Amino acid sequence: MTETTLPEPIEEVTIPIQLDYVYTPGRSSSMWLRGLAEGRLIALQCPTCEKIYAGARGLCPMCGEMFLPDPIDVGPNGTVVTFAVVNVPSKNIDLELPYVSAEVLLDGSHTRTFFLLRGVKPDEVRMGMRVRTVWKDESEWEPTLANIKYVEPIDEPDAPFESIQEFV
Amino acid sequence: MVDVAVVSFAQHNAFREDERNEVEFLQPVIKEAMSNIDLKTQDMGFVVSGSCDYLAGQAFAFVSGLDAVGPWPPLRESHVEMDGAWALYEAWIRLQHGDIDTALVYAFGKSSPGDLPRVLSLQLEPYSVAPLWPDAVSLAALQARALMESGGVSDKDLAEVVARSRSHAASNPAALLSGSHDVADLLAEPMYADPLRRHDCAPVTDGASVIVLAAGDRARELSDNPAWIRGIDHRIEAQGMGLRDLTVSESTRIAGQAAGVADGPVDLAELHAPFSHQELILADALGLGADTVVNPSGGALSANVMMAAGLTRIGEAATRVSNGDGHRAVAHATSGPALQQNLVCVLEADK
Repeated sequence: MTETTLPEPIEEVTIPIQLDYVYTPGRSSSMWLRGLAEGRLIALQCPTCEKIYAGARGLCPMCGEMFLPDPIDVGPNGTVVTFAVVNVPSKNIDLELPYVSAEVLLDGSHTRTFFLLRGVKPDEVRMGMRVRTVWKDESEWEPTLANIKYVEPIDEPDAPFESIQEFV
Repeated sequence: MVDVAVVSFAQHNAFREDERNEVEFLQPVIKEAMSNIDLKTQDMGFVVSGSCDYLAGQAFAFVSGLDAVGPWPPLRESHVEMDGAWALYEAWIRLQHGDIDTALVYAFGKSSPGDLPRVLSLQLEPYSVAPLWPDAVSLAALQARALMESGGVSDKDLAEVVARSRSHAASNPAALLSGSHDVADLLAEPMYADPLRRHDCAPVTDGASVIVLAAGDRARELSDNPAWIRGIDHRIEAQGMGLRDLTVSESTRIAGQAAGVADGPVDLAELHAPFSHQELILADALGLGADTVVNPSGGALSANVMMAAGLTRIGEAATRVSNGDGHRAVAHATSGPALQQNLVCVLEADK
């Protein structure tokens, strides 16, 4: 037996992978996205449970039923259902810390939509707080939720907990 | 052993689903399969699916797929990142427990948003093979070349497989490619991935397949003539393309033996061969003779939903057994490059 000197083991390799896709959001999401490009928040209703989904995707994920075809405008105001005060920096989020992420029940809908909440100190945010959506200038609207810069409080009394309890 | 049968089958194939996403075109297929037997998804004892998020490039598409079932109240559910034929295998195993008597199996794929032969490169060995991006068509062409060089198979044999597939597909409303083709005309077509021509390769297809399984007396209640699963087995071969003989399919042969293919005459066989030469390899591995009608549906060459086409083969074979087109059938599904993994299922009718 001859002695073999093994090379230093390779401990890490970098293998670039890229796949390109033409994204197809589907019929339901396309209604939401096209609505956003027109400054509308379009929801769809399940014919079985009658829930109204803002940003509906595919079909009712509870009943497995196709949504009714008629678009339902929801918002532009809503209620903070739950929120988080973010103190963790993130590479792709250019916001001063801390900031507030909020789940908002847009008026007329039964599902929560995720927004940045501004115009209030983080320690003053409350569940049930009433907010409005603040949009970019109309000339900048595209089929994306990024058209809404953030939500901010409006001068209305907080919604009672019972009204948001189901959505917490 | 609990006797399990296919009692319902539905499918949908399209060259390109431009508008609808996976869950939107899956749901009507599930509805059709359920309405065939007048049941609802919530009546199912078990639900299991096969799909792959890489196809449409949407993370957690397999979870969205479950929306099409109506998963509230919660269901007993499972998923395999494999062709739906393997989901059916899991359902068959689950039914062996004996505490439930129905199972819903579905599979779906939307390959059109990406470049499928390139997407499939990612199922290869990740350190030394996948980084070279060998596409699925080229790998199949290597196999076809090896088969032709081994003797006994010519490009005329491949063209005959295609002509027969297209001719059979004419009677299948779900087929995308069908018609009467002259072998000489097919051979006059240009090479695509030499020695394969375009028609030797299955079309990229978007779509879904759904099967309902039922056990024992429940199957007899739900179907006038259930297609009983008499044997089912699956085997896999080494990942390295250079580690196996590409001109034969040992995994298919062993699975066929375990499923009992040779225990009786085979009236028809649905073989999942996305490339024409693979049908010849598979028929040989299963020992099918001239008296077996191969791919009466047109097979994968007429429509090939990635992740669902194997399940479709079981559905097509079962439908023919239930209709009385044949008494005993073999269905086969494949996965991985150049027939790496194979499942064989024997179906038989009571009458």
